[in-house]
Amino acid sequence: MSDRAEATVRVIEGGLRKRGRLRDSHITLAHGSGGKAMRDLIEDVFVGSFDNPVLAALEDQAVVALSELASHGDRLAFTTDTFVVNPLFFPGGDIGTLAVAGTVNDLAVSGAKPLFLSCGIVMEEGLPVETLRRVVASMKRTAEQAGVYIVTGDTKVVERGAADKLFINTAGIGVVPEGISISARNARPGDAVIVSGYLGDHGTAILVARNELALETQIASDCQPLNGLVETMLRACPDLHCLRDATRGGVATVLNEFAQSSGVTIRVREAALPLRQEVKGACEILGLDPLYLANEGKLVAVVPAEAAQRVLAAMRAHPAGEHAAVIGEVTGEQAGVVVLQTVFGGERIVDMLVGEQLPRIC
Amino acid sequence: MKYVDEFRDPEKARTLAKEIRDLVGRIERARRRPLQIMEVCGGHTHSIFRYGIQQMLPDEVEFVHGPGCPVCVLPMGRVDDCVALAERPEVIFTTFGDAMRVPGSKKSLLQAKADGADVRMVYSPLDALKLARENPGREVVFFGLGFETTMPSTAMTVLQAKAEGLRNFSLFCNHITIIPTIKAILDSPDMHLDGFLGPGHVSMVIGTRPYQFIARHYGKPITIAGFEPLDVLQAVWMVLRQIAEGRCEVENQYGRVVPEEGNAQALAAIHEVFELREFFEWRGLGSIDHSGVRIRDAYAEFDAERKFSLPNVRIADPKSCQCGEVLKGVIKPHECKVFGTACTPETPLGALMVSSEGACAAYYSYGRIELGSKHGRLQHGGPQRRINP
Repeated sequence: MSDRAEATVRVIEGGLRKRGRLRDSHITLAHGSGGKAMRDLIEDVFVGSFDNPVLAALEDQAVVALSELASHGDRLAFTTDTFVVNPLFFPGGDIGTLAVAGTVNDLAVSGAKPLFLSCGIVMEEGLPVETLRRVVASMKRTAEQAGVYIVTGDTKVVERGAADKLFINTAGIGVVPEGISISARNARPGDAVIVSGYLGDHGTAILVARNELALETQIASDCQPLNGLVETMLRACPDLHCLRDATRGGVATVLNEFAQSSGVTIRVREAALPLRQEVKGACEILGLDPLYLANEGKLVAVVPAEAAQRVLAAMRAHPAGEHAAVIGEVTGEQAGVVVLQTVFGGERIVDMLVGEQLPRIC
Repeated sequence: MKYVDEFRDPEKARTLAKEIRDLVGRIERARRRPLQIMEVCGGHTHSIFRYGIQQMLPDEVEFVHGPGCPVCVLPMGRVDDCVALAERPEVIFTTFGDAMRVPGSKKSLLQAKADGADVRMVYSPLDALKLARENPGREVVFFGLGFETTMPSTAMTVLQAKAEGLRNFSLFCNHITIIPTIKAILDSPDMHLDGFLGPGHVSMVIGTRPYQFIARHYGKPITIAGFEPLDVLQAVWMVLRQIAEGRCEVENQYGRVVPEEGNAQALAAIHEVFELREFFEWRGLGSIDHSGVRIRDAYAEFDAERKFSLPNVRIADPKSCQCGEVLKGVIKPHECKVFGTACTPETPLGALMVSSEGACAAYYSYGRIELGSKHGRLQHGGPQRRINP
């Protein structure tokens, strides 16, 4: 090949290797077609943001070394979750923050160290590219906060009206260190029940962000990764019995799952529940119970009684757990029951939620 | 929280509970049989269960959970009418949240929504009006229900629609009125009530005078009560004090909200838009004369019943349901044949199992512990388990 021909080939190859750039302002069906538009979208928006060598290889799969995984523990934790939320952006976060924090938290509450995530996105034709960029920036920020890599993904575009703006699925892989055994079946009479902070912030923030209530509050979602907090808790007490993040269905649902799986009674003191005034107020107005409101950055832990104060102190020293509180204890009275001791000293059963919590008429 | 925590002071509650015990000790009748106090309003039922108020009271005082949850007393045929309206392609059907799950004979509004009907949950009838403005090509129907508490806002919404000349807004009126209902309960031959807690929110609108007949003609004491736990306890104490002193009066515990005369502006709006129906059917209680309202002729253009043809079929309550007996205090919710088995909050047969303010749903969700504790042990949780108190 002549020098001139070689130079020409170098220019062409250089152009091909250059990362694609997305110039459109809105998502079109072409961005899901598998052609150049999709390549530009993936390279510009995803590869550029998530920026890690596994993803940058742009293969159909992420390949990670088993030795890398095995260095963290002896069991693989694997989970997936799909995120649909209206509105996409709300005080304290957006669907991107949720999609990363949610899956990280599902791994973390097994005691696993979350390592890699996948990201599947379904977009409605017409979605502003700017919206996608904002969401992806949030995913990147949250992934960095949690110390995880988004290493593979998928993009689909559906016709206008076939989906509501943007849906995200994330799957995650983590590794459980040796000796850690956390399960909803492990609650024992005498154990203490701890929550990691104010309850119902996310549920209230979403209600307010939908602007259906005309409430003037500054409440923000609590959505955040909890793996750092869990690591801190495990250092204080490797023998954590039960751990779960309280998302949809709230703390009441998690407590019922613990009580039923472990065959115990869980007694909770209403006066000990950490609740913000704004959340209390919104619940009063709407007739909702904060125990059932969604959270996206709070966990419920059942720990041996002797470790309770140690775990609590460790949690409070961590930013994600500074308002942690012991809210009750496990007893052996009867299997599968959650009892709330009201501020009055009365008692009532806290059941699983039936359907969605609906505001009362008056 | 300002204006809330003050009404949940455990120390004050204990003091009140002690005074109630002292009072009961002075009432001769309580030694022969428990004193039955009916809380008319579903909001009170909710508060009683949520705070475990029954457990603070002596066994000689029993609550009878009245008909005051408007969602619970909605007859099945009316729910079917809602579904028929919602399923019309041109209609956006708007409703309060807790009406979504009430079972009709075939489906609830929630199921109709899943089947494709355009059903939307709103927090105020004015939200429905906003939807009508934003969707001029659609017919927006608001499902108006509730006692005098919610009636003024619906009436004002109709007045507003008229003022704006909106042509695509109408009201499916299922509002009911409290006084004939209490009268029907008092006229029931198997009624053993000793006193009433009067509904706080309704009274905010109608005032305290309309209850005079309860004291004068039926010889029963009534205290209008607020909804905070201390309100309920204090109101119980006030009713018992009347019984102990041999008095029958209308007393007002909720004076910070309820004026004796009611709210003139709200009453004027109600009177302007609504008139009494000859009769209205209640789930579990049958037809009660003059217990419901309809839209006056002057506002007929906003009446969904006239604007659309509705099935308007009367459907009998399931035979196994004993809602009526529960509502009158003849039996307790857990004594119903289907409580906790065929009828649960997930699969409500009877109206009282639907809303969290319904007596049966409240017993099921909150009250089982109380049933259990009176018999020495805690009862099981879980959706399908039978309670055997």
